[in-house]
Amino acid sequence: MITRRNFLKNAVTGIAGLALPLAAIEIVDPKKLFADKGETQKVRWAFLVDTYKCVGCGLCVKACKLENEIPYDANVTRTWVERYILTKDGRIFADTPKGARDGFITSKIDLGEGRFQDIKKEDIEKAFFVPKLCNQCENPPCVQVCPVGATYQAADGVVLVDRKWCIGCGYCIMACPYGVRFFHPVYKVAEKCNFCYHRINKGMKTACVSACPFGARQIGNIRDPNDPVSRIIRTERVSVLKDEYGTRPQVYYRGISREVI
Amino acid sequence: MVHGEAWTVKELFVTPNEYIYWSIQIVMYPFMTGLVAGAFVLSSLYHVFGIKQLKEIARFALVFSLALLPVAMMPLQLHLQQPQRGIEVFMTPHFTSAIAAFGIVFSTYGAIVASEIWFLYRKHLVEQALALRSKANKSASEKIQHLIFSALTLGAYDISEKARQQDEKAVKVLAGIGIPIACFLHGYAGFIFGSVKANALWMTPLMPVIFIMSAVVSGIALCMLTYIVVMEIKRFLAARKKTTYGTYHSVEEIKGIEINVIKMTAKYLLFFLIFAISLELLDLIFRGYTAVKTWDILRSVIYGKDFMDIFVFQYGIGNLLPFILFLLPGLTIRRTVIGVILVLFGVFMMRWNVVIGGQSFSLTFAGFMHYHLPIIPHDIETFKEGLFGALMVIITPFVLFWGLNKIFPVFKEVH
Repeated sequence: MITRRNFLKNAVTGIAGLALPLAAIEIVDPKKLFADKGETQKVRWAFLVDTYKCVGCGLCVKACKLENEIPYDANVTRTWVERYILTKDGRIFADTPKGARDGFITSKIDLGEGRFQDIKKEDIEKAFFVPKLCNQCENPPCVQVCPVGATYQAADGVVLVDRKWCIGCGYCIMACPYGVRFFHPVYKVAEKCNFCYHRINKGMKTACVSACPFGARQIGNIRDPNDPVSRIIRTERVSVLKDEYGTRPQVYYRGISREVI
Repeated sequence: MVHGEAWTVKELFVTPNEYIYWSIQIVMYPFMTGLVAGAFVLSSLYHVFGIKQLKEIARFALVFSLALLPVAMMPLQLHLQQPQRGIEVFMTPHFTSAIAAFGIVFSTYGAIVASEIWFLYRKHLVEQALALRSKANKSASEKIQHLIFSALTLGAYDISEKARQQDEKAVKVLAGIGIPIACFLHGYAGFIFGSVKANALWMTPLMPVIFIMSAVVSGIALCMLTYIVVMEIKRFLAARKKTTYGTYHSVEEIKGIEINVIKMTAKYLLFFLIFAISLELLDLIFRGYTAVKTWDILRSVIYGKDFMDIFVFQYGIGNLLPFILFLLPGLTIRRTVIGVILVLFGVFMMRWNVVIGGQSFSLTFAGFMHYHLPIIPHDIETFKEGLFGALMVIITPFVLFWGLNKIFPVFKEVH
């Protein structure tokens, strides 16, 4: 028979019994362990785009496609350049024909479905170019949603994809607010910009940075106080894209306008 | 060609990598899981809450839900770019992903449905196995049947009154546990969409609840439709042979039972339909009223580009029309058939408008994408993710049901 005394006694024993194994199986977080030992990661890659310097030549897109074996004529790209034109009557036009692989060879705006619109020079209030690439977010939604852990964040912040593990569900593509992900036309797995991981680890610059004749693109280590990119990000007025999603993007922009999304 | 390019047409400012990556199969996925969950909930209304009028349809709904179960996974497999690695979702789940829960929820649910059916049909299985065992000179097919039935008894041959009572208790408990799990199975399908913060149309905490409600609606509708079709076939056979058919004695008796069951089930259908529509409208009104940054593009999709799909097909033909059909007095079988077909169409359009509608505008909020369902396949991709792939998914549960019905007869009195 259950008496009050017995019930209370058993309840206490039960709770104590449950609490013990829970404490025993606490999972050790390697990051926390490193931090406790005072060993911090020495490299955190970050990117700086100076939109004042970009002329929309598209050499970065071309270099990226060749370097990273994205089929040249496939309508997907790891990086692209957008053109924004704001007219005096308040209209906003934007396009990125073929991701600006061949640059912007016409002043006509690409409206899709084979339609183009010409805007008279005198009607333009302002116009500029914005290069885009993976933001290597500090809190990447693509990594969060991958059902098998095929996409992951390296210790230096770069988000990578394991081509041998990706099941090709496309959830990461849906989760990215920046549209940087796509299916590789040959490997049929998720694909994205990885800051030319194979190059930056050898002390080289990314293909797009090397290809830019105007210095509009720069890559650097945000943890290094003497790094020129790191210094600009710390001391100048820079912004990031879509920070309202809480992704903490690590591609910083100079001279961006509010029309850019 | 890039995946998605074959069926996507871009308009205005769309970034280079944007396509409609989640196509018809991802519309089919929540539609089919919805049917599974709905059919199960319908069967549980009898087993757990003891709603006697649903007895006839409950057993049928349960077996049908088992037939639908493997089909919930089929569209996902057909959609994967690397289907051979699909098993990794079960083997190496990454638990921060909503999809990773699929393995656990799906197998738990499968186990519950299978064991509930086992307890329900145990007597029948034992009887069949014993009858076949005692039969001399078994034919090849009877030998196979004997093997199947003996295996399915799992060695438990006790069908005494006491054992039967325990079985019934087990069915009740399993059906009870099954309801929240069925809701979870489908609610989490809603969560997969609702938690995508990058998608302005999908992101709402109401999504899982909306999905559950419409799931129950569609599950009940499909059970009613299949039930009517089967009963009509029986009626036709009974009339032609002018003899007793199965446990039913006359055409009138079949007709009487049929309309009673249908009238009762229709009430539950209406009940859940009201819930589903209210939640969807609440979501729509809330978005319009709060009018955050994304509302501009959503408005142009909802009231402009997708107006026909949402307001005419989904709400008008798929919800309002069947609503009126069911509410008018003197419900007939013919009216019910039209009603449930429209309800199923309405729920399908709701899935379509969520999945395709959610991808019909660009992340730039300044461009649109249009989806063109591939009809005539010209490669494996347009077959899998085209009309034929979708039809394959629709047909499979009926084929499975036909097979399952041979082992677990849903219309014969086996208790």
